Amino acid sequence: MTQPDTPLKRTPLHAAHVRLGARMIPFGGWDMPVQYAGIVEEHRTVRSAVGCFDVSHMGEFEFRGPDALRVLQRLTTNDVATLEIGQVQYSLLCYEDGGIVDDLTLYRLTDDHYMMTVNASNIDKDWAWVSRHLDGRVEARNVSAETGLIAVQGPHAARLVGRLSDVDVPAIGYYHFRQGRVAGVPGIVSRTGYTGEDGFELYLPATGTEEVWERLLAEGKGDGVAPIGLGARDTLRLEMKYALYGNDIDETTNPLEAGLGWVVKPAKGPFLGKDAIERVRAAGPSRRLVGFEMVERAVARHGYPILHGGAAVGVVTSGSYGPSVDRYIGIGYVPAALAAVGSAIAVEVRGRGQAARVVKTPFHPPRVKR
Amino acid sequence: MATYPAELRYTREHEWAKIEGKRARVGITHYAQDQLGDVVFVELPKVGARVTQMQAFGVVESVKAVSDLFAPLSGVVIEVNEELTKQPERVNRDPYGTGWLVVVELANPAEAEKLMGASQYEEFLKTAGGH
Repeated sequence: MTQPDTPLKRTPLHAAHVRLGARMIPFGGWDMPVQYAGIVEEHRTVRSAVGCFDVSHMGEFEFRGPDALRVLQRLTTNDVATLEIGQVQYSLLCYEDGGIVDDLTLYRLTDDHYMMTVNASNIDKDWAWVSRHLDGRVEARNVSAETGLIAVQGPHAARLVGRLSDVDVPAIGYYHFRQGRVAGVPGIVSRTGYTGEDGFELYLPATGTEEVWERLLAEGKGDGVAPIGLGARDTLRLEMKYALYGNDIDETTNPLEAGLGWVVKPAKGPFLGKDAIERVRAAGPSRRLVGFEMVERAVARHGYPILHGGAAVGVVTSGSYGPSVDRYIGIGYVPAALAAVGSAIAVEVRGRGQAARVVKTPFHPPRVKR
Repeated sequence: MATYPAELRYTREHEWAKIEGKRARVGITHYAQDQLGDVVFVELPKVGARVTQMQAFGVVESVKAVSDLFAPLSGVVIEVNEELTKQPERVNRDPYGTGWLVVVELANPAEAEKLMGASQYEEFLKTAGGH
């Protein structure tokens, strides 16, 4: 993905990660922490206490003006008209052929001011796509470089963020946010995340992000806080069957087969990709993204073939050991006829078919605020 | 316990062998387990399988990585650490003890001359191995 001679980008917390002894890896063009204490331990910290993730590499675009709503309705698949001030919406950008440009969260800050959060590795592509579809009275800005983002996730997240913030943290509902200060730094406190636990994503000015990070780790000691790397972020989201762009969804997958039909709202009017997606809906998706667990002992990995009756019928898009479920689990595309819970499949691991079965997802019960 | 015990012999692929007469107990080094991170799966040959020096004989998988295991010495597998099926994390916690992988009946004990001693291995880690 990245040219070997392209220097890796650094988040505002890069020096803090190095000081903490993190193991750094290239991820989507960024030099990011994959682990600090160890992936399994960090995973368990988030499920049982609270962890802080640097996700400053993610991108943020702002949209402002009387036509912002109209432009966003055309760009995204979900119904932006239902989004209230202070609310967050999960959504997608799609190409005309229904393939996914990116998945995103959309924030409504004021009547005609929105913020879109996109995946780090897609910032340039998304910004080009969005820019091509601007028209009328809307001003868009790519504020990714000046915005830091810390995710604070786990059952103790609310009390930790609550102590450090001047906003009424307990009152924030799931997929809602408030603007205010955390550790004295102004930003957005959003009750969202990518782990299945209660928690927050803190949008901060890049210049104040390290101050907030240090305060969270210092003041959260009694809550059992620890810094969490991308490795545990991946196993936590896998146990929830949250899609990861580039692994489970991309420009060759459509939202319906990916199980994301719930954020596609054709009744709202026209949007990019609508016709193609509606054709898929009418015919029924030919394949579906399902969760499976290994019946035989083997670890499924991204790209491994899924077999049925000895023939390759699908592909694993994500797979690993799930520390909280203590099983080898994965997600992947299978023909629609094999998508039902209980379907027997196999995963080809090093040339051998290993038995697996389609299971109910999420793999681990979510404990987000309801 | 020493990070690289003096009584063991080491490969460039980060396995160790503890040679006792015509047998050798085999595992992966502290460096290997640290680089892999949390080991979640180990695939080992069955008792009776033949292994060949510096040929792959099994696989160790961490959360993020899949890595081949290379035989330090040729021979026949006479013991397999079945406990690793249930507790693969032993490879991380105790790589030279309860995290051992197999015991091999050696076909050619002279092959041990091709392996490194502890100080040589540590020197190797500082240069080629420490990438």
